[in-house]
Amino acid sequence: MTISIDPQKTSNESLQPKGWLRYFSFSLDHKVIGIQYLVCGFLFYLIGGTLASAIRIELASPMSDFMPRDVYNQVLTLHGTIMIFLWIVPVVNGAFGNYLIPFYVGARDMAFPRLNAVAFWLIPPSGLMLVASYFVEGAAQAGWTAYPPLSITTPQSGQIIWILSVLLLGGSSIFGGINFIATIIKLRRPGLKLMQLPMYCWAMLGTSLLVVLSTPVLAGTLILLSFDIIANTGFFNPVLGGNVVVYQHLFWFYSHPAVYIMVLPAFGLVSEILPVHARKPLFGYTTMVFSIMGIVVLGLVVWAHHMFTSGTPPWMRLFFTIATAFIAVPTGIKFFNWVATLWGGKISINSAMLFSCGFIINFVFGGITGVALAQVPFDIHVHDTYFVVAHFHYIVYGGTVFIIFSSIYHWFPKVTGKMLNEKLGILHFIITFIGFNLCFAPQHWLGLNGMPRRVAEYDPQFQFVNQISSLGALLMAISTIPFLINVFLSVRNGKDAGDNPWNALTPEWLTSSPPPVENWEGEAPLVEEPYGYGKKISEQK
Amino acid sequence: MTTLDSSKETQKNNSEVNETHEDYRMFGLITFLIADGMTFAGFFAAYLTYKAVNPLPDGAIYELELPIPTLNTILLLVSSATFHKAGKALLKDKNSDSQKWLFFTAFLGIIFLICQLFEYFHLPFGLTDNLFASTFYALTGFHGLHVTLGTLMILIIAWQSRINGGRLTSQNMFTLEAVELYWHFVDGIWVILFIILYLL
Repeated sequence: MTISIDPQKTSNESLQPKGWLRYFSFSLDHKVIGIQYLVCGFLFYLIGGTLASAIRIELASPMSDFMPRDVYNQVLTLHGTIMIFLWIVPVVNGAFGNYLIPFYVGARDMAFPRLNAVAFWLIPPSGLMLVASYFVEGAAQAGWTAYPPLSITTPQSGQIIWILSVLLLGGSSIFGGINFIATIIKLRRPGLKLMQLPMYCWAMLGTSLLVVLSTPVLAGTLILLSFDIIANTGFFNPVLGGNVVVYQHLFWFYSHPAVYIMVLPAFGLVSEILPVHARKPLFGYTTMVFSIMGIVVLGLVVWAHHMFTSGTPPWMRLFFTIATAFIAVPTGIKFFNWVATLWGGKISINSAMLFSCGFIINFVFGGITGVALAQVPFDIHVHDTYFVVAHFHYIVYGGTVFIIFSSIYHWFPKVTGKMLNEKLGILHFIITFIGFNLCFAPQHWLGLNGMPRRVAEYDPQFQFVNQISSLGALLMAISTIPFLINVFLSVRNGKDAGDNPWNALTPEWLTSSPPPVENWEGEAPLVEEPYGYGKKISEQK
Repeated sequence: MTTLDSSKETQKNNSEVNETHEDYRMFGLITFLIADGMTFAGFFAAYLTYKAVNPLPDGAIYELELPIPTLNTILLLVSSATFHKAGKALLKDKNSDSQKWLFFTAFLGIIFLICQLFEYFHLPFGLTDNLFASTFYALTGFHGLHVTLGTLMILIIAWQSRINGGRLTSQNMFTLEAVELYWHFVDGIWVILFIILYLL
């Protein structure tokens, strides 16, 4: 595409920051914004990880001797909020979505570049505000769920800052979602059909629908909650005639889909990575698309399975148990599709592939405990115990975070033009995988034996298993070191990657590494078969 | 790494795409309005649940007076029609007519807000009196915020349509169409709100 450049524009161009400085600018380039999301999210991951380490240090002994109990509550609240709203959601949606979606639809940028930049720049200030809320009269203490009446009775300023911060992050998320939907539906290059899109586009379309439909409800709920805190209204305050269960319904109407907002993009990313490193087409493309959309629809009607102990009437328990069990079907289809993609493939064992396989193993574990938790009789026994903590972390850490690392190993050559060191990458995987399972597998046992979550002190009989768990957390903390060394060394002195080190067929690999500003020199290529591996070159289009 | 910086070129490229695919800004706006509608849906769901399961204390049930909200409903419905007139006039390049209709629409919006405030001051209950009162003010207040923003946007585009050869012409009327869609949305929400809050 030729662009007539008028002289005024060119003189402005020289004012734009170049090189690494552009990552600190209000850039409209989707690739720059994607990296901004990723790096910003990773910094918050380090903060959230530090808080997690603090939790595990505290839990290494039965008494609260490392920090006072109210500080422990603040730490677990900040850990949850930071990890969900500032690391997983922005990175798995914002970072990879912004970087990859325009390539996949054959566009030169997102549909609304300015909105895109606004969505990113809402994140750092609200994140910093959240972290800084520790220094007022203490950060929020009510957990990332902020259930009233707890959130109304704990110190107010921390809770209000928490609400403000989550509202801003929700706004950022909605802007991002609008942008992804418009880009995927409207900005496809001519000739590219919906059913030819790489799977990550479908995952992001489903995720963005969930974001647009459910995040506003959370925003409304938090506005009502802030009225309860500031203006002394009684929406959720039983003393004033309010109803706490209404908060739970509205909250989980967002926060159950939020789990899919965190994990669906990971499904999409792993569907991109596996075919490349197994040299086989993605198994069951169409079933994959329908199962994503099935998860989106079902994901909106299962929220009350978080509330089986909140006095829900029997018909509600029945409905939500059945609906939740149904979600296992599309999820199972995806799981078997991934395994079938690997089956008989020419698998290269590299860091990206290892992390993806780790994801499959962890995810099936988290999925099974999820189906178990959907059953009312079981759920009532393990509700609010470490069993739920273990299940949740198997999905979001063992699932999504493993895929984030896998994606970093997979797309690092595209972004920087340099390869990551494979030995350090495999070391990173081994420590992460062992550390993660050592940390969270024992928590199933703790939960089944009745150890409640979110409490700084526990029965001394659980000490040994908690120490194993803390040891695992230590390994997870250590695992970040080889990763960081790897990234810093490779950015400076990494092996040259070339344009397409994995011989992948998806569109982002058909341009130079790093890609030019306009994504392609000349027209965007039409990729009709993004997964056409294992064919003779003559058969390939 | 390509040293040419992105922003300017992408921006330019994007405005070119805008000219060929006028549609997708409207698409984005509709997506946003769906999201905004979900916020209201959450509020409505909360209100209806409270109504069903949380009985008010004795003597706390207030009958709402209907005249003012009925007048307000008519005001908003008429304003939707006048906004539509403004769009029609602009399409026929009658900019000054269009501007008159826009100002009239904004005027109706302002009257609506004044009536709403008048109702607030004459209601026998305050924000924190009981659950019904709180929900009433939250719902109408959140809607009133939308009307305020809409009125401001109408005044801005009315101002823009004044400038000759300016931003709002029959060839370039996206802003007007966008604000119009938003205004109809706010009206629609009011009708639902009127039925649920006042009539049910």
